Amino acid sequence: MAKTNMMADESHRCSGIVFDIKRYAINDGPGIRTTIFLKGCPLNCVWCHNPEGQSPEVQKMYSAAKCISCRQCVYSCPLEACSLTPKGIVTDKASCTVCGICAENCPTKATELSGLSLTVENIMAILEKEIIFFDQSGGGVTFSGGEPLMFPQFLNMLLDACGEKGIHRTLDTTGFAKTEILLDVAKRVDLFLYDIKMMDASKHRQYTGVDNSLILHNLKVLSQSGANIRIRIPLIKGINDDQRNIDETARFISTLAGEVRVELLQYHCIAKHKHQKLGQEYNSNGMIAPDAERSNQIIAAFQAYGIPVELNFSQVESSS
Amino acid sequence: MNERIRRLRRLSVEAEHTLSIERALIETEFYRNNYGKYSIPVLRALTFLDLCKRKTLYLGDDELIVGERGPYPKAVPTFPELTCHSVEDLRILNTREQQRYTISEEDIELYAEKVIPYWKGKTQRERIFDHVPSEWKTAYEAGLFTEFMEQRAPGHTCLDGKIYKIGMLDLKKEIADQIEKLDYLNDPEATDRAEQLRAMDISCNAAIVFAQRHADLADELAQKERNPRRAGELKHIAEVCRWVPAEAPRNFWEAIQMYWFVHLGTITELNGWDAMNPGHFDQHLAPFYNKGIADGTLTRDQAKELISCFWIKVNNHPAPPKVGITARESGTYNDFTNINIGGVTANGSDGVNEVSYIMLEVIEELHILQPGNSVHISSKTPDRFLNTACRVIRQGYGYPSVFNPDVYVLEMLRSGKSIEDAREGGCSGCIETGAFGKEAYLLTGYLNVPKILEVALNNGVDPVTGKIVGIATGDPCKFSDFEELYTAFQKQLHFVIDHKMRVSNYIDRMFAKYAPAPFLSVVIEDCITKGKDYYNGGPRYNTNYIQCCGLGTVTDSLATLKKHVFEDKTFNMERILKAISRNFDGDEVLRQTIINRTPFFGNDDDYADGIATKVFDDLFTAIDGKPNIKEGGQYHLNMLSTTCHIYFGKVLGATPNGRLAEKPISDGTSPSQGCDTHGPSSVIKSLSKLDQAKSGGTLLNQRFLPGLLQKDEDITKLASLIRSYFALGGHHIQFNVVDTATLRAAQKTPEDYKDLMVRMAGYSDYFNDMNTDLQEEIISRTENQDF
Repeated sequence: MAKTNMMADESHRCSGIVFDIKRYAINDGPGIRTTIFLKGCPLNCVWCHNPEGQSPEVQKMYSAAKCISCRQCVYSCPLEACSLTPKGIVTDKASCTVCGICAENCPTKATELSGLSLTVENIMAILEKEIIFFDQSGGGVTFSGGEPLMFPQFLNMLLDACGEKGIHRTLDTTGFAKTEILLDVAKRVDLFLYDIKMMDASKHRQYTGVDNSLILHNLKVLSQSGANIRIRIPLIKGINDDQRNIDETARFISTLAGEVRVELLQYHCIAKHKHQKLGQEYNSNGMIAPDAERSNQIIAAFQAYGIPVELNFSQVESSS
Repeated sequence: MNERIRRLRRLSVEAEHTLSIERALIETEFYRNNYGKYSIPVLRALTFLDLCKRKTLYLGDDELIVGERGPYPKAVPTFPELTCHSVEDLRILNTREQQRYTISEEDIELYAEKVIPYWKGKTQRERIFDHVPSEWKTAYEAGLFTEFMEQRAPGHTCLDGKIYKIGMLDLKKEIADQIEKLDYLNDPEATDRAEQLRAMDISCNAAIVFAQRHADLADELAQKERNPRRAGELKHIAEVCRWVPAEAPRNFWEAIQMYWFVHLGTITELNGWDAMNPGHFDQHLAPFYNKGIADGTLTRDQAKELISCFWIKVNNHPAPPKVGITARESGTYNDFTNINIGGVTANGSDGVNEVSYIMLEVIEELHILQPGNSVHISSKTPDRFLNTACRVIRQGYGYPSVFNPDVYVLEMLRSGKSIEDAREGGCSGCIETGAFGKEAYLLTGYLNVPKILEVALNNGVDPVTGKIVGIATGDPCKFSDFEELYTAFQKQLHFVIDHKMRVSNYIDRMFAKYAPAPFLSVVIEDCITKGKDYYNGGPRYNTNYIQCCGLGTVTDSLATLKKHVFEDKTFNMERILKAISRNFDGDEVLRQTIINRTPFFGNDDDYADGIATKVFDDLFTAIDGKPNIKEGGQYHLNMLSTTCHIYFGKVLGATPNGRLAEKPISDGTSPSQGCDTHGPSSVIKSLSKLDQAKSGGTLLNQRFLPGLLQKDEDITKLASLIRSYFALGGHHIQFNVVDTATLRAAQKTPEDYKDLMVRMAGYSDYFNDMNTDLQEEIISRTENQDF
């Protein structure tokens, strides 16, 4: 995508910051999909797969593996914030304004900006190119993030535009948003992929930075509104795979209105390189998925509640 | 897989590739005694008859379908009348690491004594090379194009359903009728036709004799056989071989054996490219299958066993080894028989039947190198069939490849076939479209399109050899806009193509004159009625294809120059020409800027795709419709590269798209390796901008990580991806389902990966049998993944 096309629209309501677009996404809902990742999330999960999706701001990312030490960024930075060290390029965060000039001058894209301001029109132009695949496969668009519900006006405009084109709309959400916002958005969504991380409120706060009561309340209300919901649970050994949490989760889900399917996602630590690119600490070292035996017990636990459940190895994740 | 098939498979897979000099000895002796006594067609037919009478027969334990071209499985004859291997060639074949064909020192000596001296100066290859103009040779040696017919005969042919309805005796009657009808008063060619028809008649006899000898051998073995069950089988084999190919087959077993005798006949008569091909074999076998099941004479398991036996037979027949430069162009044992499964029938209805499903089972269970196979998915094909095929694709053998009859029927209608003939047609070899049983559609050679741009950027000179190979089109540094550059490229393109066609036409005539194929002519429609050979315009349709390589590389190179030199002025022409002349040495910043800041083909970006479309259309204009001097035949455009993109890369300097010197160019119509960064849907969108119905085939490689095909749902999504491409007008798509780690591991410890098969070009090959260049090219293809 040419960056020049992606400049922020005058009106902030009809543009948003997107940090990735994934075509032929086959794990984000039915059929062949295009997943749009909106930047910004109220949660701060320790195991986050898309750390570049947490901040709503445009961020600089740097990959030492791609860097050829050509110093184009060092020469081009008007604020002299970049310097070449034995470990590669280091950016002085205090002076960097994330103007993007270094990224524009980087020949290898070792330095890139994460987050482009895109308008509804920009995004629709991308999606319309994929309609043949949606039509043939029963697929569509998935809005993910980050947390798309952080941008309700933009999201609603996108959902309406997709609705006009007959594109199936899936929303991948943490559910952490004002209930009325969620219900308003829900009118325009064909399928929710709704995350439940864990049932224990204090643990939830510890690992995600926020309370889960709003998330669980919203899920209940959403199910009562007749929304089509698939619940997704990332399974992480020693964090949420204990029998107590699984039982509580299953019991809670069994009280929801309508048929709700559960998709268990095997955690895999692949986000390390992204944290490195953002120059952040990586806190989920050593986290792994439960073994096959434990996973089967968990599946059985959900089945005992009569909940349709499947185990997948993939998670919604941006490719940047 | 039952025990019989397991044993036959093991024998076939483990048999060593050997060279057999028997055919050369018999043929040389026959030529020595008879050359000059007969017309050339009759001499060819009598040679074929002599071979059928004298060659060593093979009838192995467990076999149900019988007959080998050589004296035993994987023994390959030579064809000295076309190109005679030297002692050095034979020694190289015997010792080289890849695509080795062993031969004893004794046989080499015999060859040197009996075969080589006779053919000196008389081979087809010498006839061709002695007569081509020196400018052609310079361009050929520079690697601007290759010439297919310089050592193997034109082939690329498939059969229709004729041989399941009539036998050789019926065909002899047809031939006799035509001889009867010859008009010596008014037709100046009547005598030539008479000779040709007589030759066809003799070759029918040859096929019958060959089968009868097998019948006798089977009877003889039956008498000695102690196991009553096997004795019974041998007696049945004898009965089958007494009936076909003389008569039309009466049942499933005979139908397969009928085809196999015809197959063996054509590949013994000459070494035509792509061996021979039954075409829509499932459709041809379906009536026999249905009849057998209905009257209780056949079970599904028996049918599957016979199909498996046939599959193994094809695997027993590796490609005849080449000599000289073309050995580099296509290094594989695969001889490109490509069984078409599914598709549409002549009346346009869905062609999928139970035999189609059995074949998919056989493919998955046997997973052997040959025959190549493909599924043909029209808008009428049921999802169940496509999904079943996708499950086989998931196994990662690189097959079946997937074709779109809705588009290739259109291709054939456009090039003048009747609707029925078009629907009975399909794709053979790699991706070549043809009217099965009615068309000679010959590949004449590959065209190195990026090399043509290189020549345009050097004002007609090949910078690698320093020789003039094109025409003067001006100093590119003085071009004021992209159009001027493009015009120079266009001019070179037309010059090179015309150059190539002149020589291809000449070679065509050489085959018609000196190496006609009377037996092949018997089974291809209209050769008998016209009294003309397959190589001489006998078939109903006569096409010459030129296969254009490197669309991705040339598009990306032109996009680079257009954007950076003429539009954005990131750098000027001098700068980039200097950089490529130095292979970007010391200019990595420039190279990376190009790679990362240029719209490349394969990303659904109209900037690059528009250039690809323009190049494609210009190739079409330069090639399509030019006469090939055979009975109204024409040249058509084809877009396959087989493995020639590796060879073409070797003779090409660095290119403006950042590709380094000697690296492979892009394959088929695929994007440049690693340059498609938006996933398979964008690749498909880019490819569908080409008006593929104007071609005689395009080729799209996609590499998927196994993780993309884990769940059943993923299978249906892959099926939808294929349906999408075909709805958009795609001709063909094929998949490698393998990760880089596996390929790297296989390079390190090949002994642990003997079975690892990957899709190379229009065919699959064992990864271990590929040279490092081919292996690296596969690895460099974009891995499509999901997380």
